[in-house]
Amino acid sequence: ILFLLIMLLSPCVLLHAIMCRVSCSYGYAWDANEEYLFKAMVAFAMRRYSSKSTTQISNVLLCNVTDRVSFWFVVTDSTKNVTTVPGSEVEEAVRMNRNRINSAFLLNDKTLQFLKISSTLSPPVEPSTPVWLIVFGVVLCLTVAGIVFLIVSGIQRKNKESSETENLEEKCEVTVTIENGIPCETLDLKAGHINGVYAADDERFTSL
Amino acid sequence: MEKSRPLWDNPLQFVFACISYAVGLGNVWRFPYLCQMYGGGGFLIPYFVMLIVEGMPLLYLELAVGQRMRRGSIGAWRTISPYLCGVGVASVVVSFFLSMYYNVINAWAFWYLFHSFQDPLPWASCPLNSNRTGYEAECERTSPTQYFWYRRTLNIAPSLEASGGLQWEQALCLTLAWLVVYLCILRGTESTGKVVYVTASLPYCVLIIYLIRGLTLHGAVNGLIYMFTPKLEQLANPKAWISAATQIFFSLGLGFGSLIAFASYNEPSNNCERHAIVVSLINSATSIFASIVTFSIYGFKATFNYESCINKVILLLTNAFDLEEGSLTADNLSAVQAHLAAAHPHAYAELLPQLKNCSLEAELDTAVQGTGLAFIVYSEAIKNMEVSQLYSVLYFSMLLMLGIGSMLGNTAAILTPLTDSKFIATHLPKEVISGLVCLINCVIGLTFTMEAGNYWFDIFNDYAATLSLLLIVLVETIAVCYAYGIRRFEKDLHTMIGHKPSWYWKIMWAFASPLLIISLFIFYITDYILTGTLSYVPCDDKVSFYPKFLRK
Repeated sequence: ILFLLIMLLSPCVLLHAIMCRVSCSYGYAWDANEEYLFKAMVAFAMRRYSSKSTTQISNVLLCNVTDRVSFWFVVTDSTKNVTTVPGSEVEEAVRMNRNRINSAFLLNDKTLQFLKISSTLSPPVEPSTPVWLIVFGVVLCLTVAGIVFLIVSGIQRKNKESSETENLEEKCEVTVTIENGIPCETLDLKAGHINGVYAADDERFTSL
Repeated sequence: MEKSRPLWDNPLQFVFACISYAVGLGNVWRFPYLCQMYGGGGFLIPYFVMLIVEGMPLLYLELAVGQRMRRGSIGAWRTISPYLCGVGVASVVVSFFLSMYYNVINAWAFWYLFHSFQDPLPWASCPLNSNRTGYEAECERTSPTQYFWYRRTLNIAPSLEASGGLQWEQALCLTLAWLVVYLCILRGTESTGKVVYVTASLPYCVLIIYLIRGLTLHGAVNGLIYMFTPKLEQLANPKAWISAATQIFFSLGLGFGSLIAFASYNEPSNNCERHAIVVSLINSATSIFASIVTFSIYGFKATFNYESCINKVILLLTNAFDLEEGSLTADNLSAVQAHLAAAHPHAYAELLPQLKNCSLEAELDTAVQGTGLAFIVYSEAIKNMEVSQLYSVLYFSMLLMLGIGSMLGNTAAILTPLTDSKFIATHLPKEVISGLVCLINCVIGLTFTMEAGNYWFDIFNDYAATLSLLLIVLVETIAVCYAYGIRRFEKDLHTMIGHKPSWYWKIMWAFASPLLIISLFIFYITDYILTGTLSYVPCDDKVSFYPKFLRK
């Protein structure tokens, strides 16, 4: 009986106790009501995990609550002569329902810490096609379109130029034959002639 | 009928092209480092002295040669003297080397730009390891930004010999980078002239945005004070002057033939003297502007890391000694630590190895340059800002514009002599020549996308151009002043711009600049000889996990 008394008085000395800590930057107001909620959540987790509806709030014991807001807790089993539930079971129960427990306190895995219970980190959501490939595809298509456009317009311009010069030459040939009534073949266009009328007038111009 | 030489639509295009070429990545990632190493605000003194002694005169010389001869580098030097044809060929070869490895930086900038459209940014946090219990080991040891750079971007091999395979993602980005460059140079000055409006002005817009954002960041002032406090004793260090001279020299891009190529598309009566002064002043001003931005970012990052360190220590102590939340702050930390050490010596001693000594100076002291600054330090600062995606997109677009602007100059240096040469120009149209050059460079550049590619990049970056450029510019100056004759050159300038160059230019060209270049040349050669075997820094698993990008 003495042994039982000792156990009742200091349950946290037992191996099955789990430490919990609230590590909040803005200072979490922890009072008796919050403790009650915590006990309720742990009891809820135990019920869901073991599908036993026997766990009561009174089965969850908190102790060594410090100002830091850290404490140890154990879960006892009233059906089996006030023994404590093994730590591993409690850990599993809490891990399964971690999200619900966090949400009840509006905290998260970092701010409401259960030591010895490592949280499984959720990977970031990855879309099926990496985003960078999509942007790459867009830029690539724009660049190739630009190159093709410039090359094609360059070729078109060259064709237009060469056909224009051809047209000009043709027109030239047509008009030359009737220019001033003198057929152009007799006028040697390439050589150039000094027009005698103007040559004489050179002396009349004042020299610079 | 001979086709007339294509010209810039207006002188502004020419100025923008020169600015876009000269203002490159070196202004952003090399100058702030030099400033920090060689005396903060005091470094500006050797910098401006060197600008006046070698920067402006040599820039004016190259622009005048190009504008007068109206040919690319090979043709221009052949006109000055048939024996000097080799100088032009040397310029083309060096430009070819540079364009091979420089576009890889644009490929990296594209990679980061494309990854900036995610929320959260991929370098914001470490990825999880295979059994999802913690973070990836490599990442935990270093930091998410370093991990993203060395593992996800480069996938770096442990040494140069272990080449590894081609990284298909990087190869794609490199191909895209070359396609973009091809798009810009396809039509020669017609297309380049329009593109440089964007590549010259966009970086300034982004720098102004970053300046405003940077100055309003928490802790930016620490960085600025640290940078601008002049340590005038560094002026006595010859390395400071040599670094200033080297920085001016390479920042303006002298000797590659790009400036000659750009100037050859000018109207013969263009006032290249005024443009030379304007371009060199804008280049230096941009360096200083960029270093203000960089140092405010440094200050922010250092303060952020310092405060995180302090918070970690506070958390550790609070948990270990079960203190009340909020009782331990940054102000009373040292007092409380002393009290705890006295009150609970045993427990405190156990905790001591985990308590790091947080120091703001140590954080600020990490001097970084090169790709480490651009891709690691900046992305680390960006991920901590609000709306980080926007700032990330802006920043990497700016890097891209700076890089492409410099690439336009490099490719112009290669293509102008090729298109000038009658033999090639009659057989192949301009578009095909440009395409072939881009294709060859792209294929060779795929070497840099292999796993060991970054080592090749470092080797090229450090050793490919330095000595060759010094030699080329030295021969150029001596050729113009002594072989061509300074009187003849004076007369040419008088014909072009309407007045003779003043005695300042003539003294610099004939005496000061050649002497300075000879001394730089001798310094570098003795440095290489004394260092012994040239080396690169490998990423050795056993020694230090990632190569130390911090270079003191």
